[in-house]
Amino acid sequence: MSTLARQNGDTPILALEGVTKRFPGVTANDNVSLAIWPGEVHVLLGENGAGKSTLIGMLSGLQQPDEGRILVDGVPTQIRSPRHALSLGIGTVYQHAMLVPTLTVAENLLLGDRWWKRPRKEALRAEVEVLAKSLGMKVDLDAVASELSLGEQQQVEILRALLRKSRVLILDESTSMLTPAGIEELGALMRRLVERGLAVVFITHKLREAAGFGDRISVLKLGRKVGEIAPERFRALDEEALIAEVVEMMFGQRSGDPEEDPGARRKPHASGPVLLSVRDLRLAPTGTHPGLHGVSFDLRAGEILGIAGIDGNGQKQLAEVIAGQLAPASGSIRFDGAPIDGLTVGQRRDAGLRYLTDDRLGEGTVGPFPISLNLLLKQVGQPPFWTGHVERPAEIERHALRLIRSYDVRTPSERTPIGRLSGGNIQKVLLARELAEGAKVVIFNKPTYGLDLANTLAVRDRIRDLADAARGVLLISTDLEELLQLCDRIAVMAGGALVGTVENGADARAQVGRLMVGLAA
Amino acid sequence: MSVDTASDSGALPTSRPGRGGGKLAARRLLLAVGPVLIALALAGLLLAALGVNPFEYYGFVVERGLLSPTGVQQTLTRMAPLLFLAAGLIVAFRAGVWNLGVDGQFLLGAVTAAASAPWLVTFMPVWLATVIVFVLAAAVAMLWSLVPALLKAYQGVNEIITTLMMTFLGTSLANVLVKLVFLDPGTTVPQTRTLPVADRLPRLFDTTISSGLLLGLVAIIAVHLMMTRTDFGLKLRVVGANPRAAVHAGLGVPALTIAVFALSAGLAGLAGAVDIVGVQGNVRADWNPGYGLTVIPMVFLARFNGFAAILYVLLLSVLSIGGESAARRLGVPNHFTLVLVATVLIVLAIAEWLDHRFQQARRA
Repeated sequence: MSTLARQNGDTPILALEGVTKRFPGVTANDNVSLAIWPGEVHVLLGENGAGKSTLIGMLSGLQQPDEGRILVDGVPTQIRSPRHALSLGIGTVYQHAMLVPTLTVAENLLLGDRWWKRPRKEALRAEVEVLAKSLGMKVDLDAVASELSLGEQQQVEILRALLRKSRVLILDESTSMLTPAGIEELGALMRRLVERGLAVVFITHKLREAAGFGDRISVLKLGRKVGEIAPERFRALDEEALIAEVVEMMFGQRSGDPEEDPGARRKPHASGPVLLSVRDLRLAPTGTHPGLHGVSFDLRAGEILGIAGIDGNGQKQLAEVIAGQLAPASGSIRFDGAPIDGLTVGQRRDAGLRYLTDDRLGEGTVGPFPISLNLLLKQVGQPPFWTGHVERPAEIERHALRLIRSYDVRTPSERTPIGRLSGGNIQKVLLARELAEGAKVVIFNKPTYGLDLANTLAVRDRIRDLADAARGVLLISTDLEELLQLCDRIAVMAGGALVGTVENGADARAQVGRLMVGLAA
Repeated sequence: MSVDTASDSGALPTSRPGRGGGKLAARRLLLAVGPVLIALALAGLLLAALGVNPFEYYGFVVERGLLSPTGVQQTLTRMAPLLFLAAGLIVAFRAGVWNLGVDGQFLLGAVTAAASAPWLVTFMPVWLATVIVFVLAAAVAMLWSLVPALLKAYQGVNEIITTLMMTFLGTSLANVLVKLVFLDPGTTVPQTRTLPVADRLPRLFDTTISSGLLLGLVAIIAVHLMMTRTDFGLKLRVVGANPRAAVHAGLGVPALTIAVFALSAGLAGLAGAVDIVGVQGNVRADWNPGYGLTVIPMVFLARFNGFAAILYVLLLSVLSIGGESAARRLGVPNHFTLVLVATVLIVLAIAEWLDHRFQQARRA
């Protein structure tokens, strides 16, 4: 942290004093006090439901506190709206992308300018070029937002907040979609930003990111602030000690970083017969994805095959082709000994091939529909839930209650619209839907993206259990730690092709890393 | 970890079973009925400005549309085609297909019925002829929706544009057919041949109410049950609520889309047939009652609920039958009914907005 910033920053840019925010049935924030100083990366840590999003909502003008007050530059201020927050210099990048899907990236970035002025596209192009260069990211200004991957959309949002000359940049779980290299870059960028006297509020689940990029850490738990590590103490501790202290705050008991627990690493399995055999899959590239170029692999029973790679390198297309959602230009897929190229999505699912999508709200669920129907979304019309095409509510309810119990979905009722659940609980519903009854091969696409630690660990246990039960697992992830922990083999995908496959072992991390950046393993 | 049940954004209140349910229903009712009352008051002011006593007008509308024996029979008869149209619109709107071409589909169905019915009854039993006429009318209307259906299903072309375009073409084509192809040589008025009154749909009991009313009620209730209780209806609702989830779940979205167009247009065609075979008996050139576009607001007011739609269609029917009488008696233009419906819609939109703001303010 620069001393310069500290000198002219004897008042925090933003301060919360005793802020409380209640929702029906829940106190989302309980008497929280926080100060955001210029020249600091302030890390907010906490599990899903700890109240981080509500806190961000109040700072960015989406919500108003019930009690307490917010000070901007030491002056009590009511942040009335997101626009007002922006004019105060508070820029927010949300967890879920908030771009207008039908507009291009350039148009999205230009939104919010004075409406009577001609859009300054050329100036924008120059500005973006400089910023993107310093960020090390590629931004196609002419791409339509809806056709970008989630990771790419988030990059555009970070760019937008920076273009608005924010003094405080709030990053709400922005790293969850980025690759390890991308996270490092974002971390470096955060450091550069705070050196210029900006303040960054960085929300994450990953303790290592918190330790690596932060100056100050605040820990939220069940709506209350349970601890803060000030910059002086932050610098005095080494990474291990810091993480140990944060874990103590978060879980109330001392333990190692569970993400790095060597005992959690899965022992490689003696594998069974080939369950899924993919040969020479090809798909023409489009403006938004690189297509597929001769993808071939075998997946055996009891095996977890990882697909590593930077987001948007054809992983999603590979998953969709195997699931039957997308027709390949050529190539063949054999499942359980028989070709499935002619089968529909439903027939593949019935045969035991399951796909757990990464886009939980966009395509995995129908938000306004109750949990019970979302659990049966892929079995509509099947007995015993429908007989003679007529719905049987009692059967549907029984099925829902059984799965809600066995997958520990936290919900008031099975009739609750699924869109009202937290990310972790939506993922539990999807797990219940895809893993229940007859799964033989499961494709997971970024299964722990955006989940808190407890839910992340629970999902990983489910994946391990599947392999232990002699199912095949194809695990697509941008989280290298996750792949190293779970997989037997890791294939690396770049530009729509598998550029190499590595047996998971001592030097797998380095090999995968080399493949990801385009070097031979 | 009980907090975890709340959505992470915390923005949505979680409705719990058994609590607040009655309040919610009351609010819905208020939101549905309130705008109508306010609109009646506003339109009343407009009437007063025109020099007409609004109480006299409304009293006349209610008396002629609902209370007098002939009026109520006319009102109930008028409901038949409107109910079929509402049924067709509910199928489409719930499935996320904005079929705004119902008027063209209605007219082509009507012309088909008017062309075929007088000819068919000459050599077959009336009941069989009626069935065939209904099938033909539905088929022609479905055919007319095929172009928008295929464009939407396979090319993603916005159906609002295509169905509106097709409705203009369909209206013209219906006219051309009446004037050039199915013209009744027996009269000088450009119209189709007329179905004898004896061969029309039977009347209910001793009244003048057409049994088309029963058919319309059956149609809209069947559609409501199909959409809410069957797997097919659920599939359509999934496509309507989240098309990407439908693809992900393996639903055949293009086929379902075409099915929605066929059902929706088919019901609009049946609306045309029931109006011809039940009431009109023939189609005059340039006849276009524009039922479709007036039913659309009713369907929205009913939130795509079949039973609520029946009530709103009754209201529309009373207003239009009563309004026609009032137009003759009080000199208020016939189209004042449309002004009233439009006012209801605008007030409704404002009420929705205020409700939304109120909900937000309560949360904040």
